[in-house]
Amino acid sequence: MFRYIIRRMLQFIPVFFGATFLLFALVFAVPGDPIQALAGEKPLDPTTKAVLDDRYNLDDPLFVQYGKYMGLLPQDEIEADPNSDVAGFAGVLQGEFGFSLTRRPVSDIMADAIPVTAKLGIMAFVFEIIIGVSAGVMAGLRRGSFMDNFVLLSTLAVIAIPVFVLGYAAQILFGVQLGWAPVNASGGSFNELILPALVLGAVSLAYIARLTRTSLHENLSADYVKTATAKGLPRKRVIGRHALRNSLIPVITYLGIDLGALMGGAIITEGIFNVPGIGREVFQAITRSDGAVVVGISTFLVLIFMISTLVVDVMYALLDPRIRYE
Amino acid sequence: MSTATTSPSAQSSTETIAGRQVDPGAPLLEVENLRVEFRLNTGTVVANDGVHYTLKSGETLAILGESGSGKSVSAQAVMGIIDSPPGYVTDGSIRYRGIDLLTLPENQRRKVRGNHISIIFQDALTALNPVFTVGFQIAEMLRVHRGTSKSDAYKAAAELMDRVKIPAASERLDSYPHEFSGGMRQRVMIAMALALDPAILIADEPTTALDVTVQAQVMDLLAELQDETGMGLILITHDLGVVAEVADRVAVMYAGRIVETGDIDDIYHMPAHPYTIGLMESLPQLDVKGSRLVPIPGSPPDLTRRPSGCAFHPRCRYAQQVCVDEDPALTPPVPGMDRRLSACHFSEEAINVRRR
Amino acid sequence: MSDTTDTTPSTTFDHDTAREGSHAAERDFTPDGRPLPPKRDENLVSSVSAEQVTGEASLWSEGWRVLRRNPMFWVSAVIIVAMIIMALFPQAYLWFYNGDPNPDGVCTLSNSVNNPNAPNGGRPSTTNWFGFDIQGCDMYTKTIIGARISVFIGIIVTTFAVVIALIFGTLSGYYGKFLDTFITRLTDIWFAIPTILGGIVLLSVMGTRGMWQVAFVLTVFGWPSMLRLMRSQVISTKEEDFVMASRSLGASNMRLMVRHILPNGITPVIVYATIFIGSIITAEAALSFLGVGVALPAVSWGLMISQAQTRILQAPHLLFFPGMALAITVFGFLVMGDALRDAFDPKGR
Repeated sequence: MFRYIIRRMLQFIPVFFGATFLLFALVFAVPGDPIQALAGEKPLDPTTKAVLDDRYNLDDPLFVQYGKYMGLLPQDEIEADPNSDVAGFAGVLQGEFGFSLTRRPVSDIMADAIPVTAKLGIMAFVFEIIIGVSAGVMAGLRRGSFMDNFVLLSTLAVIAIPVFVLGYAAQILFGVQLGWAPVNASGGSFNELILPALVLGAVSLAYIARLTRTSLHENLSADYVKTATAKGLPRKRVIGRHALRNSLIPVITYLGIDLGALMGGAIITEGIFNVPGIGREVFQAITRSDGAVVVGISTFLVLIFMISTLVVDVMYALLDPRIRYE
Repeated sequence: MSTATTSPSAQSSTETIAGRQVDPGAPLLEVENLRVEFRLNTGTVVANDGVHYTLKSGETLAILGESGSGKSVSAQAVMGIIDSPPGYVTDGSIRYRGIDLLTLPENQRRKVRGNHISIIFQDALTALNPVFTVGFQIAEMLRVHRGTSKSDAYKAAAELMDRVKIPAASERLDSYPHEFSGGMRQRVMIAMALALDPAILIADEPTTALDVTVQAQVMDLLAELQDETGMGLILITHDLGVVAEVADRVAVMYAGRIVETGDIDDIYHMPAHPYTIGLMESLPQLDVKGSRLVPIPGSPPDLTRRPSGCAFHPRCRYAQQVCVDEDPALTPPVPGMDRRLSACHFSEEAINVRRR
Repeated sequence: MSDTTDTTPSTTFDHDTAREGSHAAERDFTPDGRPLPPKRDENLVSSVSAEQVTGEASLWSEGWRVLRRNPMFWVSAVIIVAMIIMALFPQAYLWFYNGDPNPDGVCTLSNSVNNPNAPNGGRPSTTNWFGFDIQGCDMYTKTIIGARISVFIGIIVTTFAVVIALIFGTLSGYYGKFLDTFITRLTDIWFAIPTILGGIVLLSVMGTRGMWQVAFVLTVFGWPSMLRLMRSQVISTKEEDFVMASRSLGASNMRLMVRHILPNGITPVIVYATIFIGSIITAEAALSFLGVGVALPAVSWGLMISQAQTRILQAPHLLFFPGMALAITVFGFLVMGDALRDAFDPKGR
């Protein structure tokens, strides 16, 4: 088990640098002037351009640029910007994700927003698991029942509807028409975040329900469930202890993959509900054509995604002893 | 075969099981006219149709038949673990020491499972839960049924594993099923089944998935444990060789019905049903040199489209018109031969084919 | 309801059936009429007779038999065909429609939902079925025209992903060793970047964003899952007895891959590709909605909703029609994938 975790962490290192380099290279290796591209169509004032050129070390070879961006190599003094205090090592590894067009550090922009997004994400995650797994169990236990068909049809509908359509629809229905939930979640409080979190988690919730259903149904006809019944265990224990534990293994795997979708979804959901998180910052930065912020925060989200995947993998190993020896 | 002195049925007559009075005179297990149906989309399959047998303490009854003959279904019906839907027991009775299990409410029936009747399956790898340690799975029996404390239950689990001859038992409590070899896994399965000293053990093809050498070890272990405990053993198999070695009595199943029953020696030496004769002829024999193996032609019938009359007639080399028209009853092959039953219109003739 | 075929015991295509002797795993009944996973040895005794299990041809015809009887297959087929026609020949949906006062696509601000004097306030009416948008464009016309980008991008990206998967997934799975390690590590890296996030980053620094640019970016970030699936299919098919048999008879690697492994391993890929089209359409819409997808003046459902943002709460029809068009299209591909899986890949469920 311990060796598995160590091995998994060692594998993480090349993936981490590979993925960040990939993103960096894609952004800075595109033909043309990347700094102008970050600003979109807008003309860039010369000082800002100089600062950004300097900040992203565009004169250096790509690998050196990347090294400096990550904070593996020492950062040059930024001469063009008298206000800059950036020196020494300051890059992604130190929690710096670049500068916005207004010369504000992206880490600064994120600092206040991260807790809100974390709260939203955790709420969505909890909704997904609780509602998704229960719906899946109810459907999976009685295949072909009304409940089963209801779960199948409703989840299919939810999966087919894009999250931004769902978001606005929920806003119109529950916010405007019924008045159950605030339309605007700009305060970031728990109550305000319930609706956005449900919208954010909706698609994954639907997938989890379907996955749990199929998996539980399959496991219920597995030999070891028959054994558990033959052992004279109460049905509750047969299902809850024996079948469900095995059924949740693919669900856990899914949760790992799903985090990525959740992050993309957070940008949209926060934008729609005006949640003051980092997703909204990306949403607004796109509108303002502040590419540097978009790239910076997205890179941060990719990092979070990678770390979460690692955590999920370890959880997976805890749940399924077979994986540890592979 | 039995040396049982502590047979459960010999205990005091006031004993109750699952709230019902035990009938001290009744056989250990009596299956009568059992009918099991599977209602599938493609039609209803009658997997057991009037299955009938009895089992006494210390006795080994072999249920013999090809794939799809319904032998495992009958075992699962006795255990009460048929998946429903689509499977339903629609007729008959299963009496354990006089108590009809089919009339018990589910929460009482559950207490019979594992406590009084246990089952082991063919493939212990899939029959054991992959995500729990074997210690947990064995101890679970004691913890759930008897409320034994965790540490005592694990101690008992180690003793059970020792009893089924798993080396270094106490160290292997925390191992997972996939960490054992096939033979050892089946021993774990046996230890689990015997945890509560059941009066009946059903072994559903216990050695089919194992190597030949390991098969013999597992069969020996079962025989040994049976001698120790005096439990009744129902051995479900398609392997006539295994049957010849360990069984006291045999019930041959074909297409969901018992076609022949009797003591092993009688059946072995003078089978009274053409199907049993076919099984004998397809078995290699060391003592009869030069004789050719004769396979039974054709394949077992599709139970959604059961042949008319005697279900075996399309494959039977002795079949006559009467076999197509009439369903033979399970009767003594020769009047007066009351320890034998055979469902064949020509069982008297059949019994002479291989008499030797 | 989506899986009416779930309980239909389909003939199990099992290469082991032929050598199913007395040693083989024996099980009287699998109660739901299917062999229980994961053991391959188990055969469904009563309902699979030897004649039925003859090979590829019967697999496909059996699959088609199951598919034909699945109502969800027909529902999704109608949706997909309707959407493809809409993408290729939008006129087919417009020639009978007289609502658009400006067939040239020129929109009149006087029709805008923002203009209180617009016909019916810019809302849906009998002449303008879907109403008008903020720019005063006819929503029905735009919704029909918007199908093109969604459907095309979905199909283009999936085609590229399948081609990449067919070539590199097969090679990687078949030859293993260094090539496989290299490709697997590469996909590991790619998997660390969620498609939408990668898409946002790359598209936000791209100057021109048309259909092909968006398709390119979605391919760049979307290919690995298809490749992984193909690779694992090849690895498991490679071990099958019939491949071993051909190999021992001296079949070349190329022949083995093209004639034996691909046809037998491709079904899950086809199923996944169908669902993949749906998810790419969703991704394109999300990117366009965020403002990094196709740029104006292109017409895309995601973009239509994006443009309507400020008025959606007051004029829900701006959301409803493009939203429904998106949902129905994605639904069609998802359900088709499910139906195909039920029919051709019962093990993949």
